Amino acid sequence: MTGEGSVGKPIPPEDTVRKVTGTALYTYDWDLPGTLHAKLVTSTVPHARVVSINLDRAKAVPGVVAVLTGKDMPFRVGMYAGDRDLLAVEKVRWAGHPVALVVAEGPEAAERASELVDVEYESLPAVFDPVRAMGADAPIIHERMEEYKHASVFYPVPGTNMANRFRLVHGDVEKGFEQSDEIIEDEFRISHVSHGYLETQNVVAQAFRDGTFEIWTSAQSPFIVRQIVSEALKVPYNRVTIRVPFVGGGFGGKAGLQWEALVALASKAVGYRPVKLVLSRKENFASSASREGVVANVKAGFTRDGKCVAYKVRFVLDAGAYADYTVNVSRAMGYSAEGVYEVPNVHCESLAVYTNKIPTTAMRGFGYAESNWVLEQVFERAAKKLGMDSAKIRRVNLLRPGESHTATGEKVREDVGDPRKVLQTVLEAIDWEGKAEPASQPWKVRARGFALCVKGPSQPPNASSSAIVKFNEDSTIDLVLGTGNFGQGTTTAISQIVADQFGVPVERVRVDPTRDTGKSAYTWQTVGSRGLFTDGVAAMRACDDAKDQILDLASQVMRLPKSELEVADDAVKAKGRPWLTIPLRDLVFGYVYPNGNTVGGPVIGRGHFTSSLNTFLDPQTGQGVPTIFHTFGGTAVDIELDLVTGAIEVLKAVQVFDVGKAINPLLLKMQLDGGFIMGMSIALFEKIKFDEQGWVTNPNFTSYYIARMKDVPKDFEARYVETPQFDGPMGARGIGEMSMISVASAISNAVFRTVGVKLNNLPMNPEEVWRAISEQKPELLAKAMESFGRIEAAVKARQ
Amino acid sequence: MREITVRVNGRLSRRTIKDNELLLDFLRDRLEVRSVKAACWRGECGLCTVKLDSHLVKSCLVLAVEADGKEVKTVEGISPEGELSPIQKAFVSHGAAQCGFCTPAWVLATHELLQEKPHPTQADLVEATSGLVCRCGTYNQIREAVAEVSGTTARPRHMKESLARA
Ligand code: FES
Ligand code: FES
Repeated sequence: MTGEGSVGKPIPPEDTVRKVTGTALYTYDWDLPGTLHAKLVTSTVPHARVVSINLDRAKAVPGVVAVLTGKDMPFRVGMYAGDRDLLAVEKVRWAGHPVALVVAEGPEAAERASELVDVEYESLPAVFDPVRAMGADAPIIHERMEEYKHASVFYPVPGTNMANRFRLVHGDVEKGFEQSDEIIEDEFRISHVSHGYLETQNVVAQAFRDGTFEIWTSAQSPFIVRQIVSEALKVPYNRVTIRVPFVGGGFGGKAGLQWEALVALASKAVGYRPVKLVLSRKENFASSASREGVVANVKAGFTRDGKCVAYKVRFVLDAGAYADYTVNVSRAMGYSAEGVYEVPNVHCESLAVYTNKIPTTAMRGFGYAESNWVLEQVFERAAKKLGMDSAKIRRVNLLRPGESHTATGEKVREDVGDPRKVLQTVLEAIDWEGKAEPASQPWKVRARGFALCVKGPSQPPNASSSAIVKFNEDSTIDLVLGTGNFGQGTTTAISQIVADQFGVPVERVRVDPTRDTGKSAYTWQTVGSRGLFTDGVAAMRACDDAKDQILDLASQVMRLPKSELEVADDAVKAKGRPWLTIPLRDLVFGYVYPNGNTVGGPVIGRGHFTSSLNTFLDPQTGQGVPTIFHTFGGTAVDIELDLVTGAIEVLKAVQVFDVGKAINPLLLKMQLDGGFIMGMSIALFEKIKFDEQGWVTNPNFTSYYIARMKDVPKDFEARYVETPQFDGPMGARGIGEMSMISVASAISNAVFRTVGVKLNNLPMNPEEVWRAISEQKPELLAKAMESFGRIEAAVKARQ
Repeated sequence: MREITVRVNGRLSRRTIKDNELLLDFLRDRLEVRSVKAACWRGECGLCTVKLDSHLVKSCLVLAVEADGKEVKTVEGISPEGELSPIQKAFVSHGAAQCGFCTPAWVLATHELLQEKPHPTQADLVEATSGLVCRCGTYNQIREAVAEVSGTTARPRHMKESLARA
């Protein structure tokens, strides 16, 4: 019961004031008294046996306290594949693989000593292409894969380089092809991408003689970090405290294993002094994990009336040297293959394959963005082949809530969203039926296109969340959550929900901006846009628990049955008798009678959420329920393509998502715009480049370009649909990750629809686009060059 | 080793520094001005931006000795009185910070732009911030915050018009 309420209002995140005044502190800003500095020593070769490591010269550097190698930590760690070492044990698997860690009194000494660690390697044959790595003659990168402690839902193939082999089958795809009138077949490639979070990975750790560890880290999911560290160091979970201050971006890249266990061991090795490791940008590129590369082969069959009746796809993920998290990305890429469509016959294989390149991990989009890039282009091409409008072919195939089944055989419930309305809204917002604007120059083309998407959080069925609602003496509320906040604003949104449960202003509710595994409420991870949903529901249940305690006390004090009381407008009220009321302030810390007698005490509500709907997926067919909700959405763009240079400029961005309930439109808008910009940057610019030894050749922000102010569209249009989710917090669903998924596809669809040029490779940088135009439409390029030449000549003539 | 004297956000500091010490490290480590961040350490991200006398510089590219006898301003210096400056307020109300790691640099850069040109055009904003990056993609919100403070139409639409319920 609430009055006006704060849910639905565009309330700015409370912690922004600290950010704009420079008082938000990050792990990068953290120092403990007497902190030592650590520096990685990394492999110079892509695949080799480590014959010996000589530390004499390094240890002789003044100020060096210790140098650790893989010998000091001969075990594997991880979350899903369990394939990681902290420092190379026996062999190195990519150029950039950490082989030693120097700890010194200052960064200069650490740096100098790191150059003096002498490693002798015995080279092994290496493999850099994931398709080649699957060949019978390919060198094996993980010889003892069968010993790895992987989660049971993954299917590594020991004796090969396959870290996971996911399969999804329903219907009979070959029969589907027989029924098809048109076949679309092609190969798509996606480059490695850097998360580009601006705070590089860094950690401060201290071991204590009582067997405990305290770790400050720039991480998304403190409880997973604790799990990994505790398992690695073989200490009980409550002996390890993970502290997460403000986090300078994550985007999936700080969700799994980082450097915490390594630095904790280093602290122990140097006599329990605190140790800090800060990666340089170059190290972050070359020695940490990024988004995987993908080679996708697809064949799809459509009937004359536009129905997709067969979809066969194989994703080969270039997982790099370690695939601890990428095995789950391959799984998600596989089960998201059908996107927002219902296809009767599907055969999908998704393989995470080791190569001698940088390790890979989760990233915003988590496989869904990659499968979307293939699927949405296939639909656009089918539309053109069939002479059908891009919107019509989608309508023919869209999932119908209440009737359809997803790729994994899950019935699409009525309340999960309205893909039809999303599509309709996308079309309206981009003025699909209207006439295209003319291009600004004769050698340029103006084009509009769109793509649809759907995504849910990929998490194990038992992943849970919890929340605590603590009343203070002045009746303010400390809302204790575990979900991290690195810009999504989830904690602000959940605060609004909590405020409304008691009918109090949102300022009354506060979430501490930092996380601490000893003090925060447990949540599995901050990933997949799950926080608002899972931790939001947990918080609502915590409110119910608190209200129950308050009503128990009020019933006693007011001498009325609990069933006749309710919590509303910052008070307990007797239903139908508004004059019988007690303010919450007089109840939440116990009720004091006039003579001093006191009943009750501080109210602390607790709640948790674990989905009872998720299941494992069938190992042969991939059927089951992998996610707790689906957020449907779509992106449309109006672009200008320069045929002469191949450059694409986005003029207008449209984002439409069915969010269930817009808890906070400002936060929603921030995610929709920010997600578009990241999606656009990845679509047009971003590519990690490798040389023939697998070295990253562009480990910096000059040659790895990220979108800046000048690249941002002039026009942003965002709309939301509200189909309330019955089990969501006030009907809401997650949005943060979803907002970047269909951006690349919308851009490539605009190009294909308008000039008929297929863009099969991400990123669609000028080089790539120009090559595609010149190969596929030389006459178009010739004409553009001619008009460009004419104008250039005219300009010269005038000078 | 040598001694330098720098006025940082109005406070005079005298410190002994190494000859090759960066202004970035001097500010962060010796004076503990932690609002100055770094993400590349080679002039590409702009997070280490500070005002040195009358110019914005990237403090990872400047030696501390070059600041000797000069004045340095960081984001702490733009609203010393406690009340937030107009651009800080606009950053808050428009949601122009996500993770916030880049935010001090953006606040300083847009604040200085508005001091110099109270009504910047879109092109002015692009130029003044070309050295800055924001991975969270808050550019549209920053644009709107600047437009609000300048009262111009560098970017006129408020969120209400660019976000609608379908
Ligand atoms: S740290 Fe100075 S520009 Fe990036
Ligand atoms: S707010 Fe995160 S990088 Fe700008």
